[in-house]
Amino acid sequence: MTDVITGAVALGLVWAIVSIGVWITYRILDFPDLTVEGTIVTGAATTAIMITHGVSPLLCLLASFAAGALCGLITAFLHTRLKIPALLAGILTNIGLYSINIRIMAGTSNISLLGSRSLIDTFMSFITRVAPGGSHSLLARFLTFLATRNMTTILIVGIGVICVIALSTWFLRTSYGCSIRATGSNPDMARAQGININMSKTVGLMLSNAFVGLGGSLLCQYQGYSDVQMGIGCIVIGLASLIIGEVLFGKSSTLHSLISVSLGAILYRIIIALVIQAGMQPTDLKLFTAITVALALFLPTAIIQVKHLRGRLRRRHDAGL
Amino acid sequence: MLVCKSLSKTFYPGTANERRALSNVSLNLRRGEFVVIIGGNGSGKSTLLNVVSGAIRSDEGRVYIDKQDVTFTSEYKRAAYIGRVFQDPMLGTAASMTIEENLALANRRGKRRGLGSGVTRAERALFKEMLAPLELGLENRLTARVGLLSGGQRQALTLLMASLRDPKILLLDEHTAALDPKTAAKVLEISLQLVQEHNLTTLMVTHNMGDALKFGDRLIMMQEGRIVFEASGKEKQELTVTDLVNRFVSVGSEVLC
Repeated sequence: MTDVITGAVALGLVWAIVSIGVWITYRILDFPDLTVEGTIVTGAATTAIMITHGVSPLLCLLASFAAGALCGLITAFLHTRLKIPALLAGILTNIGLYSINIRIMAGTSNISLLGSRSLIDTFMSFITRVAPGGSHSLLARFLTFLATRNMTTILIVGIGVICVIALSTWFLRTSYGCSIRATGSNPDMARAQGININMSKTVGLMLSNAFVGLGGSLLCQYQGYSDVQMGIGCIVIGLASLIIGEVLFGKSSTLHSLISVSLGAILYRIIIALVIQAGMQPTDLKLFTAITVALALFLPTAIIQVKHLRGRLRRRHDAGL
Repeated sequence: MLVCKSLSKTFYPGTANERRALSNVSLNLRRGEFVVIIGGNGSGKSTLLNVVSGAIRSDEGRVYIDKQDVTFTSEYKRAAYIGRVFQDPMLGTAASMTIEENLALANRRGKRRGLGSGVTRAERALFKEMLAPLELGLENRLTARVGLLSGGQRQALTLLMASLRDPKILLLDEHTAALDPKTAAKVLEISLQLVQEHNLTTLMVTHNMGDALKFGDRLIMMQEGRIVFEASGKEKQELTVTDLVNRFVSVGSEVLC
């Protein structure tokens, strides 16, 4: 059971990075970006092919980050230059990426990292090496506890999530970050204030997809494989994390929202792990996700309606009726 | 300061909906001049403002700002010279951002936006100082989201944003039309204060003929995409609302004939 939970937290942290990417387009740019379903695979594929060719896993993170940014650039080009509507631009890039992703993976639809060392393997063997064998000191016990695949992932990806949150919070508060937020909030105003909104949309899309690419890289390294199908439903999972996080943990500021979204991603993974543990068919998961997101999206409306109804009942009661 | 030369604009040309919004309109604003434009719906006054701001490109004619030809300059680049307040109070500000962030966005108009802090400490002090005379209490709510403000407060904020960085031209597009009379009067008062203080070259569109007579150095009446009447100086001072209404009627009937 502990394994189930730590596994869910580890996977949740990986998805937190993807969800932050989704949050940037969906909440900040007000741009429903479907590119991410392809981008996450591009990130995973780039990492898979590089790691199996012996490239350092840290370098793979950077490469997947850059590959993701490139995917965002394509959608931005379709939308800002060719004036293709947001949804369609994302879908077009996404479908095109399917072929590109297979090409990245040297013509195959999946690559296993078996026999190669990912960031997580490297770190695990490092911990095992420094752990004093046979000793029962607190430190030794702590290190053995850390030296599992899940705990290592939680540690490494946890640091990654903190970095991504810190980077996003800082960037969105800079002068340029403010112009991206203005573009999403009110494009008319942004233009009137001299902001090149095509440019700010492009930068926003690139940053968002770069995070998704990074998430794809970590997902590949954690799961030990890259598969061309692994992106299906990614946008819905990202949205589920985002909405669960915002509804349960609040969104008063940029930092607050980002932390909520990350917690939402972890919580979502725990819920999934628990329902599978309870005996749900894995193939029914997508349906479960769709229903969860639909309910989460309805929740804010439901709260308002309940409040409204309560107010009516109270007034009627006060009026002595 | 602003020169419009023979501007023409036709919407949906070659279709059943073809509409000539501007036909051969020329206009010249001196530095510091305050021109008020009146006219009925579809008379072309908003189109004229949009052509000046760059939101719409004219079919014919040229626009010069401070002797510089900006006819083909994109809207966001032109924004460096132009402050603009829209009719809809929601349009001028970003609701999800704070008061100080909105002001800071305006304060960077025409400047490079880099990776420095979005709102600097010096700006914060400047904004406080600027907001206080409005007497709306906004100076103590710098970090409040603009979406929480009323229409009048948002419009006052937009005005302040438009007048920041002393624009070469201030465009006011029926900017009090969506407000209740009391708020409208207050916002108009703030507009005049800012125009006088910064000696701004201003182009204001209004539906309110009383305001049109009371304010501005020159009055322009538009109809069917043309300037049909112009009055300035003493002539403008002696005009009454009845005169204007009669003008509307006579011009209207001329056009009908």
